[in-house]
Amino acid sequence: MIKEIWKDTFARIALLVLVTLYGLIFLANFIAPYSKNYSNRDLAYVPPSKIYIINEKGKLSFPYTYNYIRKYEPELMQTIFKEDRSKKYYIKPFNLGWEYKIFGIIPCKLHLFGVEKGGNLYLLGTDINGRDVFSRLFFGGQISMTVGFLALFILFPIGLIYGGISGYFGGKIDMIMMRIAEGIMAIPSFYLLIILAAILPAGMSSTARFGLIVVILALIGWASFARVVRGMVLSIKNEDFVLAAKTIGASPLRIIVKHILPQTTSYVIIAMTLAVPSYILSESGLSFLGLGIQQPDASWGNMLKEAQEFTNILYRPWLLTPGVLIFIAVLSFNVLGDTIRDILDPKGRKRESFK
Amino acid sequence: MNLVGYILKRILQTIPLLIFVSIISFFIIRLSPVDPLGELRLNPSISQETLEKEQKRLGLDKPIYIQYLLWAKSFIKGDLGYTSSGEKVSRKLAERIPNTLLLTSIVIITTWFAGIPLGLLGAIKQKSIADRLLTLLTSMGMAIPSFFFAILLLIFAVKTGWFPVGGLTSYNFSEMNLIEKVFDISKHVFLPALVLFTISLSSLQRQMRANTLEVLDSDYIKYARAKGLSERRIIFKHALRNAINPMITLLGFEFAGLLSGAALTEYVFQYPGLGRLILEAVMKSDINLVMASLMIGAFMLVLGNLIADILLIITDPRIRT
Repeated sequence: MIKEIWKDTFARIALLVLVTLYGLIFLANFIAPYSKNYSNRDLAYVPPSKIYIINEKGKLSFPYTYNYIRKYEPELMQTIFKEDRSKKYYIKPFNLGWEYKIFGIIPCKLHLFGVEKGGNLYLLGTDINGRDVFSRLFFGGQISMTVGFLALFILFPIGLIYGGISGYFGGKIDMIMMRIAEGIMAIPSFYLLIILAAILPAGMSSTARFGLIVVILALIGWASFARVVRGMVLSIKNEDFVLAAKTIGASPLRIIVKHILPQTTSYVIIAMTLAVPSYILSESGLSFLGLGIQQPDASWGNMLKEAQEFTNILYRPWLLTPGVLIFIAVLSFNVLGDTIRDILDPKGRKRESFK
Repeated sequence: MNLVGYILKRILQTIPLLIFVSIISFFIIRLSPVDPLGELRLNPSISQETLEKEQKRLGLDKPIYIQYLLWAKSFIKGDLGYTSSGEKVSRKLAERIPNTLLLTSIVIITTWFAGIPLGLLGAIKQKSIADRLLTLLTSMGMAIPSFFFAILLLIFAVKTGWFPVGGLTSYNFSEMNLIEKVFDISKHVFLPALVLFTISLSSLQRQMRANTLEVLDSDYIKYARAKGLSERRIIFKHALRNAINPMITLLGFEFAGLLSGAALTEYVFQYPGLGRLILEAVMKSDINLVMASLMIGAFMLVLGNLIADILLIITDPRIRT
């Protein structure tokens, strides 16, 4: 299948983008010049550091940057940031900086790059708390890009078993189970999402909260998935091989899990790739509203929370970068999902049937 | 079965569904540790009398299933209780629902007028430059988070000053004549509608394209071609009608998606709709308001699906069996 994806230009680009994104967030600790907890309250909303490779004499130089200093302009009635041209700070590749742990065990201080002592290197500026936006993009990505996958691992088994049982047994069981699923689908999903997120107790640890957000996302999506699975099971259950399994005395659960559900694999793969982006979007929407991942943890959605203020979106455009990353990630997943669907299901009968 | 009988049956089927939805929502909200009257109690302008009335209406001292029945009884009577700021919930909802319906109906109508022809175009000229471009654009439309797009449009509105930012009406709305009023509202609705339009057009166009491709591949189209019918006749007379039918089922889903998508968009644009109402209610843990707007949202969704089903019964005689 990888070979076929590779043949399609768009899908190839999408795959490369996703591999790069996941690679970068995997290496977040190594690449990010500042740690998750770094914050410099004196330097809030600093614009991106400019990196110079041509020095004042017009000659090529090793890359360096200047620090910003805060200045109050009485005439403009606002604080502005100016570069302090008196001292250069050189960029240091493979710099020793803050300590982190590889795989959570091996301590390490090596970073891809850093800046000389005393210098500040904010490639994408800082936020209201003086945190480096560039570094937080990586840590935010770790959450935003995994939340969808984790939700799927809860949602898909539930949906498969539920739809399988409902479709296989039929009759009254089917009717009751499907009415329940329809009931859940009849609540506008985003309303349900924010209500569930809002009733989470406030004083939770960030890991527990992350876990519960994953569970909530899964709770929203399973019903429509189960319905589609049920429809497929209905058409499969009268096939000869099911009858054969029955005659040798296999239990219903065994028939459902071992014989019927494997037939839906290609649909499940398609549905999974197309569902991940919708969870990325849901998580970011939730965090954007302040109901998802909470500060000080980063996610692309809660980083965009600051873009709710007019002054920020007009004068501090670097705060919008997480939105661009969400866009790129979701777009790549969609393009890849479309291609996988075309490959596995060329007739396209199940097109867009599950969202 | 005749048409009216079928429609009646379909309407009756929604009643247990709504009851079930109300049970789910009720228990979810009661699971939360929030005191339903907490905010009301803190509000000094609420009289002790109102508080006692609410306590009695909700039956807070009784077991939870009795509470549910009491709530359902007063809901059916149209008594939805008070918001934490002391307003009647029913009045607040009556203010907001028309706004959300205005926004969603504009979006549904415009997406259908644009999405059906574009989907048809994509399918007829499959793999042409136009089709590839449309596919690319719709992928992008589906990938952009609604709130992020809304923020980008806000920047645009502020920088150009072409569109008012926030709300539904200008401050001097009451002094305007009818034409000015319509113009004022459309100026306010335009940007939120554009956000939702882009997102829902993308999926509509793709779906229509896929449907048309499937229909064009069917035997009766091949037969029509073999018979020597003109391409135009084949597409408009035979393919279009069959490709549109599944779209009608989707109308209900589209409505559902819009209700959800509208919440974030309304929030960013400060548009006074149902979605923003429920968001604010959730953040203030205003239980009466959350419960009522959740029910109304579900009700609108079920109604949307019902209308879609009825439309489908009318247009597609095959399912009337």
